[in-house]
Amino acid sequence: MSKEWPLWEVFIRSQHGLAHKHVGSLHATDAEMAINHARDVYTRRNEGLSIWVVRAADIVASSPGDKEPFFDPANNKVYRHPTFFPMPDEIKHM
Amino acid sequence: MDKPFFEYLLRLGDTTLVLSQRLSEWCGHGPALEEDLALTNTALDLLGQARMWLTLAGEVEGAGRDEDALAYLRHAHEFRNAILAERPNGHYGDTLARQFFFDVWHYFLLQRLAQSTDERVAAIAAKSLKEVTYHVRRSSDLVVRLGDGTPESHARMQEAVDSAWRYTGELFTDDAVDRDLAARGIGCELAALREPWLAHVREVLDEGTLAMPDADDAGHAAYTGGRQGRHTEALSYLLAEMQALPRAYPGAVW
Repeated sequence: MSKEWPLWEVFIRSQHGLAHKHVGSLHATDAEMAINHARDVYTRRNEGLSIWVVRAADIVASSPGDKEPFFDPANNKVYRHPTFFPMPDEIKHM
Repeated sequence: MDKPFFEYLLRLGDTTLVLSQRLSEWCGHGPALEEDLALTNTALDLLGQARMWLTLAGEVEGAGRDEDALAYLRHAHEFRNAILAERPNGHYGDTLARQFFFDVWHYFLLQRLAQSTDERVAAIAAKSLKEVTYHVRRSSDLVVRLGDGTPESHARMQEAVDSAWRYTGELFTDDAVDRDLAARGIGCELAALREPWLAHVREVLDEGTLAMPDADDAGHAAYTGGRQGRHTEALSYLLAEMQALPRAYPGAVW
């Protein structure tokens, strides 16, 4: 099964969502079937209006061993954090 | 009571109800988890449509029968579904051939009914059409995949197409009820759906490298009559299972 039905990762942008969010994975023989299956498995309750599928094999993930050099930011360098600007209320999602 | 209108609504309600019952038999038995979900989704869509048609049928009849009374307390000869819908599931190819032929017909029918002069019919058709547009897309896609798959899937899909084919003629055979409803603008002439149906079916079968059976092989009198209440024995077994609980416990509330 894993050979003919490779794993696909599914990303869905919801009705009012701004970005595609990873919702899960499924097996399908090709992209078209993966889209159909994603529709059946993940969007039955009006969850989304846009679906992305990508073969799991095409995703490259960061390694857990890289945790410190990758994700420990230099918090002492305050100038890296643009927190000194007052934002007008009208601007959302910044 | 508007008897022809009642009959017409039963035909729509029973066909979707019976096919939904058939598809739900696949629950937990699909060839893959995703297919299992897709088939049961389709079953749920059709059940939702059956509920709307049968509820409206009950209102038109005006005898106090609701969707449950119509679904669970009628005998086989009182059902008005097309015979195609009651065909046993067979193997996955059989189920797909039945679904594909039905979906394409259903799609063109609902397109017409969405223009019905009866606004309740038009509303149910418009709602159903969204679901059925996806059903057609899915079943067409799978027929091509199996037809153009392995030699074995090709052979079995061809055999399934040939055996379901003879039950498709009924879908285009108008009787007095159909003509009456078409004349009043509520329904439509089924014969008018045949050309667009054949064109879509031919395109999909060609793409799936499947041979299209001879159009004249459909519609033999032995394979029609469901919409007038003459069914194959398959329906009585289906109903025995579907209706067992309300029959055993009359008046049960759930």
